[in-house]
Amino acid sequence: MKDFAGTKTLVRLALRRDRVLIPLWIVVFAGMAASSAQASIELYPDVQSRVEAAETANSSPALVSLYGRIWDPTSLGELSLFKLTSFGALLVGLLAAMLVVRHTRTEEETGRLELLSAGVIGRYAAVTAALLVSGLTVVLVGLLTALSLIGVGLPAAGSLAFGLTWISGGLAFAGIAAVIAQLTEGARTANGLVAIVLGISYVLRALGDSAADGSTQWASWLTPIGWAQQIRPFASDRFAVALLPLALLAVLVFAAFALLRRRDVGAGLVRPRPGPAVAAAWLRSPLALAWRLQRGALYGWTFAFLLLGFLVGNIASNVDGFVSSESAKEMIQKLGGVQEITDAFLSTEMGVMGLLASAFGIQAALRLRSEETALRAEPLLATGITRTSWLASHVVMALSGTGILILAGGLGSGISSGAELGNMGRQVPPMLAAAAVQLPAIWIVTALVVLLFGLAPKLVTGAWVLFGFFLLIGQFGPLFDPPDAVMDISPYAHTPRLPGSDFSATPVIWLTATAAVLLLTGATTFRRRDIG
Amino acid sequence: MTSAIVVSGLHKSYGSTHALDGLDLDVATGEVHGFLGPNGAGKSTTIRVLLGLLKGDEGDVSLLGGDPWRDAATLHRRLAYVPGDVNLWPNLTGGEVIDLLGRLRGGLDPKKRDDLLRRFDLDPTKKGRTYSKGNRQKVALVAALASDVELLILDEPTSGLDPLMEEVFRQCIEDERQRDRTVLLSSHILSKVEALCDRISIIRKGKVVETGTLADLRHLTRTSIQAELAASPNGLAQLPGVHALDVQGNRVRCEVDTAQLDAVMRQLSASGIRSLVAQPPTLEELFLRHYEDDTIASEPEVAVR
Ligand SMILES: Nc1ncnc2c1ncn2[C@@H]1O[C@H](COP(=O)(O)OP(=O)(O)O)[C@@H](O)[C@H]1O
Ligand SMILES: [Mg+2]
Repeated sequence: MKDFAGTKTLVRLALRRDRVLIPLWIVVFAGMAASSAQASIELYPDVQSRVEAAETANSSPALVSLYGRIWDPTSLGELSLFKLTSFGALLVGLLAAMLVVRHTRTEEETGRLELLSAGVIGRYAAVTAALLVSGLTVVLVGLLTALSLIGVGLPAAGSLAFGLTWISGGLAFAGIAAVIAQLTEGARTANGLVAIVLGISYVLRALGDSAADGSTQWASWLTPIGWAQQIRPFASDRFAVALLPLALLAVLVFAAFALLRRRDVGAGLVRPRPGPAVAAAWLRSPLALAWRLQRGALYGWTFAFLLLGFLVGNIASNVDGFVSSESAKEMIQKLGGVQEITDAFLSTEMGVMGLLASAFGIQAALRLRSEETALRAEPLLATGITRTSWLASHVVMALSGTGILILAGGLGSGISSGAELGNMGRQVPPMLAAAAVQLPAIWIVTALVVLLFGLAPKLVTGAWVLFGFFLLIGQFGPLFDPPDAVMDISPYAHTPRLPGSDFSATPVIWLTATAAVLLLTGATTFRRRDIG
Repeated sequence: MTSAIVVSGLHKSYGSTHALDGLDLDVATGEVHGFLGPNGAGKSTTIRVLLGLLKGDEGDVSLLGGDPWRDAATLHRRLAYVPGDVNLWPNLTGGEVIDLLGRLRGGLDPKKRDDLLRRFDLDPTKKGRTYSKGNRQKVALVAALASDVELLILDEPTSGLDPLMEEVFRQCIEDERQRDRTVLLSSHILSKVEALCDRISIIRKGKVVETGTLADLRHLTRTSIQAELAASPNGLAQLPGVHALDVQGNRVRCEVDTAQLDAVMRQLSASGIRSLVAQPPTLEELFLRHYEDDTIASEPEVAVR
């Protein structure tokens, strides 16, 4: 029992630290679900309109692979929330995992936990407290969401099942994060590993949904995201499926405790090895250092984008598989035929890859700020390098990194659909072009980080908020039918939809020019401000 | 004598905190200059302005004959800086950081680098995240000392070192003095740098309150005196430079500014000295007095300028 001593203190401390963040997230999640439900209810007043919309969604490979299927076409709840079922479970999982890492690894890394351990804090207290805080948050998110769905008029059982879907994703990933936090020494690495596991889970879920003949359905049962989705809220409300993530959580908690017994505070299980005593000859410029610091992440992301590209290309070449019923065939004809649908699918997926690549770009550019606040920029800037060249080093990594990623995604999808259709030459170049046109919008979002870094360094993480805003108006904006001016705020709204539609250079040029102006403003203001 | 660093009337505030309040500092070329003051006095802020990392609000700053804000990168090739808080990249080894910083400064002497690694007993193959505070500081020190530069700016460089390593550091600075390099050395503990410095400046609340050679400053210290007199003393309290006077019958205890010692002794011997104990002045006392003034606001300003 003394291993748990102090858990209560740590929980209180964590809740105090996150007293703004946690309630904010709870409200954001519940609000997101309730508002899109509300909008859909108004959009689809009768059963017939619902069935039609649901069948359209089910015959779109883009929607099915992105969000999953609609199991019961007559269900209003499912139609209004299928985009947020597994995707929402992914987001809640991310929130839960980040909370756990934040209150374990980050604390340990900064040495704060060591201070605490010297007091009367038991060995398991930190992990237990982090899990409790994360679990509490997730359960509140789920409950409040369920209540708000009941509030807008959806069936109670389905609403509760929907809340449970999110809770399942959250709890499972809280457990996964608790184990990962024991393995690595850096919080950054831990968060990266969590993101990889989340990504793989989501992709396997997409694979499970994608084959219309059900040949890959097993993939849905491999991961917590799949389980969460298989609760099938508003269709069959299979509450019992939630036992799977709960069992997983129990196993993971015991695993985390077992790992804790085997390591010292501050150390990971994976011990760092000694490295070179002398720097390689190329490590002699800010850019070389930025490359050295960011290459690991770039390798990982590139690999993920190639895989994602392959998967997308594979699904695209099997669109016929979706044409299972007569009505679906009709629907597809109405939507413009197989080619049209394949193109729509590919351009949607390219857009998603553009969003993912932007996340890399933001994170890579944010290195500027984290290097500054960790006081690692200061000794560099006290050497013979200019501020501009130091800033440029990370900006180059961010801009070229996003380019590499998106092209890897385009290449992967071109190759896999080309191989499937037996014609590389016809598939690869258009996919590379479709990838390349995503870049200007990605660069604008990356450049926003640089702008904030120069103008208002303390607010630089606000770039994530802007990104989240663009993402929300892109994904859910159309539901509310806002004025064009609102939709047009997002740079992604101006990206040409390739393949499929005609390429127009004007928006690409404007987007690139905007990004350049933002970058230059950021760089100029950075040269004139205080460091620190 | 030329000056490596000249600062006059420097002001710098962070929002409502007035960190530097008209600071003057003069560091001659080729000297080891101690920059002393309690925590929060403004040492690091001054150094950051000298490095062009912060822009002063008011006042003139000249570093190696240039303007550190405008010509930062060019001037930086002629100096090496060791920050007060050294943070390393978790995945780079100490050896890599030393080489990188040296190369960005324009090169470092490999023989000296190896020699310093040996003297500081530092393992260059360990990753940044596994070094203790002291070892991180050693990494920055080796990188700075192995560079061929005119000026070393060291911000509390010994705060994480054990006594053995402090001694190694002292020898290294002595070597630098022999080579006529200029060193600005900040510290909040006088005894650590007393023996090293040609001149020192004491900073308090963003102002330099004393500056000079050790001999100059000793002149400002106080001698503590206990005397037994033949008659009760008179006129002592009226003399300038007498502090903490405590008279009990024929016994006297007091502290006397070293500059006023002669006058006080004459006054005492006028009453006939039976016995006398005089404690020699230490710089530490002078230094502590400035510290105390920070905390004891009621004590009047007594420093002789
Ligand atoms: N980035 C900052 N923001 C606000 N206040 C600061 C900052 N840096 C230093 N200060 C304040 O300025 C004063 C001088 O600090 P500093 O130069 O670090 O002192 P020293 O190095 O002598 O200990 C202190 O009161 C400190 O709290
Ligand atoms: Mg300091």
